[in-house]
Amino acid sequence: MLSLSHLDKIYPNGAHALDDVSLDVAAGEIVALVGGSGCGKTTLLRLVSGLEAPSHGTVQVDGEAIAAPHPAVGIVFQEPRLLPWLSVAQNIGFGLEHLPASERRDLVEEALLKVGLAGYGPRWPRELSGGQAQRVSIVRALVTKPKVLLMDEPFSALDALTRATLQDHLLALWEANRPTLLLVTHDVEEAAALADRAIVMQPRPGRVFADLPIPLPRPRDRLSTGFVEAKRAILAALDGSLSQSPAAGSKVSDISAGSWW
Amino acid sequence: MSDRRTPALETKSTARAQARPAPSRLGGGLVYGLILPVAAALLYEAAFRAGLVQARLLPPPSRIAQTLWKLAVSGELIVHVMATLLRVGLGFGLGAAGGVLLGALTGASTLARRLLDPTLQALRAIPSLAWVPLFILWLGIFEPSKIALIAVGCFFPVYLGVMGAIANVDRKIVEVGRAFRLSRLRLALRILLPAILPDTIVALRSGLGLGFMFVVAAEIMGASEGLGYLLVDGQQLGKPDQILAAILCFAVLGKAMDWLILAATRPLLSWQDSFARSG
Repeated sequence: MLSLSHLDKIYPNGAHALDDVSLDVAAGEIVALVGGSGCGKTTLLRLVSGLEAPSHGTVQVDGEAIAAPHPAVGIVFQEPRLLPWLSVAQNIGFGLEHLPASERRDLVEEALLKVGLAGYGPRWPRELSGGQAQRVSIVRALVTKPKVLLMDEPFSALDALTRATLQDHLLALWEANRPTLLLVTHDVEEAAALADRAIVMQPRPGRVFADLPIPLPRPRDRLSTGFVEAKRAILAALDGSLSQSPAAGSKVSDISAGSWW
Repeated sequence: MSDRRTPALETKSTARAQARPAPSRLGGGLVYGLILPVAAALLYEAAFRAGLVQARLLPPPSRIAQTLWKLAVSGELIVHVMATLLRVGLGFGLGAAGGVLLGALTGASTLARRLLDPTLQALRAIPSLAWVPLFILWLGIFEPSKIALIAVGCFFPVYLGVMGAIANVDRKIVEVGRAFRLSRLRLALRILLPAILPDTIVALRSGLGLGFMFVVAAEIMGASEGLGYLLVDGQQLGKPDQILAAILCFAVLGKAMDWLILAATRPLLSWQDSFARSG
């Protein structure tokens, strides 16, 4: 459904962010991209969103190439990025300008209800807490019913408790239309809690290191053996991805040499 | 924990937030702002009445009020005020429009900035008053040269403010517009314009302040009416009360115009209004 083939991204400054990344994601699948910093996971997401163009390779959604932002692909950024001069309701309706006002209002109301923010429509974004703002930004992307939803570490700025709540919220929202979900995270627990598959990436240049299925039923019990094993598998792959990377490897030995005492 | 609040609680707190009366900043500020000048005026008046000060060069408030009243009754005052306001209005209008247009152009386009900005910055380095002789040669001694001077004075702060505002627009917010596939025009209208509005209003206010500064310069250099003319006339005929009356008018007019800009744009900035109030 979502198909990335042989993606390369070299920035004008010479940084080699992605090297020959290929990935196929089935419709309705939740895939977590996990990796250390600089492994190109955010770059990968930006290529899929069409906000940036790959140096080589193609991104396709249902056979259609993505070269620029596309209505079938929605994105949630690391920060809520709400427009401060629009009310919460107007922010959610931002991508629905083409609809008649009454229909838009109904969709927005429904969306607010779904994320537990009924009655917050007339408020300004700055009156929201971080978690509330991020929920608004998630429904802003979902309300246009994209086939693919991209999320770039959407919960990384939140405290652990809020994060776990929002992960559950996200799954409930996803359940409604079951879009294909590509989620960038550096949080192993988040990957294990949400994803059907964890793609572990390797830095410098960014490559796919491991493709780990997480065949656990939902809702997932975070204390179950299966969950802990999935986390451990991702962690192990993550360790492997870092130690096999030549740059990271030499760095590690540098540190150990310097700290022999 | 606000994420876990029950709907009932949330409705209640919303209602409370709406019921809380908005502090009337303008009204409350006015009372406080008047304390110092009114007290000083009363003190000086009392000193004058007690014979403690010689009032030949600094007339007491009562005499200034008298002069103002005479000017108002004779219909002179309104003529002078309107003359000054018209000059400021036209000059500021032209200068601010030019500043907004060129500022938007250089802010939005790198090419335009590279082409235009160095020249404009060089022109900005010239004290505006240095243009007066040229403007008088080119445009004559009547209204056009005065308005040109005011326009030049208003142009630069507005130009700089708008250009800076566009440069400061958060790239991440612009990206939201791109992700929602806005056309260039829609992006400008729905993202850039609201984003630069607060800074633009500040720029317009400082432009207007300079407009009043330059209208005085223009009117002192030669005018047969206007508040600046009242100043010169008062100096030449030895009427300090008339000079102070004119200065008082400038203060009131400047403040009133600034308040007008604020009041006219307040509805557009309500999204940040209570931020300013609480912070």
